[in-house]
Amino acid sequence: MSHLELTDGARIAVIGGGPAGSFFSYFLLEMAGRVGLELQVDIYEPRDFTIPGPPGCNMCGGIVSESLVQMLAAEGIFLPPTVVQRGISAYVMHSDAGSVRIDTPMEEKRIGAVYRGPGPRGLKEARWDSFDGHLLSLAQEKGAHVIHSRVSQVSDHASGVAVGTRGRSLQVYELLAVTTGINTAALKLFDGMDLAYKPPRTTKTFIREYHLGAQDVSRYLGNAMHVFLLNIPRLEFAAIIPKGDYASLILLGDEINDELIDSLVESPEIRQLMPADLQLNEGACQCRPRINVRGAVQPFDDRIVFIGDCGATRLYKDGIGAAYRTAKSAAAAAIFQGISAEDFRRHYLPACRAIEGDNALGKVIFWVTRQIQKHRFTRRAVLRMVAAEQRRDIGGRWMSTVLWDMFTGSAPYREIFQRTVHPAFWTRFLWDNIASIVEQIAGFRRLRSPDADWKLPHTMDDSR
Amino acid sequence: METGALGRPYEDGDLIFRQGEQTDRLYVIQEGKVEVYLEEEGKEISLTLYREGDFLGELALFFKEVHSTSARSLGDSRVLTVDKKNFMRRIQEDPTIAFRLVQNLTHRVKELSEEISVLNRTVQECLEEQLRLQELKGKET
Repeated sequence: MSHLELTDGARIAVIGGGPAGSFFSYFLLEMAGRVGLELQVDIYEPRDFTIPGPPGCNMCGGIVSESLVQMLAAEGIFLPPTVVQRGISAYVMHSDAGSVRIDTPMEEKRIGAVYRGPGPRGLKEARWDSFDGHLLSLAQEKGAHVIHSRVSQVSDHASGVAVGTRGRSLQVYELLAVTTGINTAALKLFDGMDLAYKPPRTTKTFIREYHLGAQDVSRYLGNAMHVFLLNIPRLEFAAIIPKGDYASLILLGDEINDELIDSLVESPEIRQLMPADLQLNEGACQCRPRINVRGAVQPFDDRIVFIGDCGATRLYKDGIGAAYRTAKSAAAAAIFQGISAEDFRRHYLPACRAIEGDNALGKVIFWVTRQIQKHRFTRRAVLRMVAAEQRRDIGGRWMSTVLWDMFTGSAPYREIFQRTVHPAFWTRFLWDNIASIVEQIAGFRRLRSPDADWKLPHTMDDSR
Repeated sequence: METGALGRPYEDGDLIFRQGEQTDRLYVIQEGKVEVYLEEEGKEISLTLYREGDFLGELALFFKEVHSTSARSLGDSRVLTVDKKNFMRRIQEDPTIAFRLVQNLTHRVKELSEEISVLNRTVQECLEEQLRLQELKGKET
């Protein structure tokens, strides 16, 4: 086959206007502009990101990680306060042994809590813009054209890939970027095509939105992400993320069912954190989206590339960051190398493999975390270690940084893993385990770090 | 809305970084204006005014880990920092991330070249004027 590449006037279709689709379009047009290439990009997105609830939502916890916020700033992409509902500057870890708070250095907010749409079902006044809508508008500013229709047909064509929607004739494109995510039937469109692509393996998560009102969100949760280290079977991770007027409860794990959700929301750790009169068994809105736990097989073919969740993403965390990385890598491959399967294999697949390789270490880290969650003395040892690190002005913050990066998705799992195999980490952790066992024999006292006053109003509205 | 303001807010006159201070980060202005100045023998020499989207402190990323200038907020501003380690790691994986930084630096080199050219012209004009005056003085005597 002759070399396939994008030439002046080439048409590109992007199916899905979420972060992966918008980032791909944005960077494709940006890079094309740098080399003087004129492209026509059509983004097919049936959702209206101005409608609250499911019609305008792409179902996600809504955390823009610290590393992504920094990289976007370096790219000149800013996330304004009209889109970011709350800047996160700390996390609080809760367990039955107590709670500890960890703040960012320099008192800076570098994690963004957003809603993919304008907000949950029943939202009366949309005070913030949709995150996905914001990214889509950036892609439009670069020159992408948004078609608000659902793609109903994709097929091979002699000169490219044909894309059809109801009521519109088939359009032929030189390149097709698939950025549909995995919570959609759109991937079935490719069943009839002779592709080696196999969709990712997935698991279900659970997200519930609670309406507290901005004042109570600040009062009860502050600008901190609240993470729970609890011994609940099949629970990998649970967190409450403060947004503008709402708080999102996020659960990750195997076979999340009503029983698991109820045992979590009825736990004293969550009950004590949230307003006493708030009904925790029901929320303003809830969903059970699927997340990718193992990447797709061959997320590319001649003139086709699968990006973001339907290609490869980070295990449990920073899905938006993975969308950014894979989208940018696919865009660079298409502009500078070519659009054949071989071009994507050589220049796009390594980005997906790097994520998958990192996820393998992530699985080890989550397995160790599960073991820690099972025993009260190990849970207490973790809290002891963090509390001691937070009290010290100098010295290593081993556990604090490991947990920060793990909970916020700010660093690759490889880096977190490297920190946990350091002798200083294990020496300190072993010491805290011994101390916890001694304390367990002597009788427990709840641990709390000296600055864990997240319930005091003066620390809540720390807008500075 | 202010709950979602990322970075760190500064008020008019607040110091963002001080000359001689150690640094391991890049500063990106999210909102407002920042003045960069040099402190020399107790005097302040204003160098440049930076606006939204501009980078600060990038030279410290490459050459030395000490700020060669100071920066303060002009009016209210908001500045986000990018960790050197994080930035360098990402450049390793994706060199195009440095494009904007290079663009920014190139723009600054262009501005400085223009300033040097203006200064050269001014110095030359001054020297010529001085020579002309000396010649006039010589003729008079």
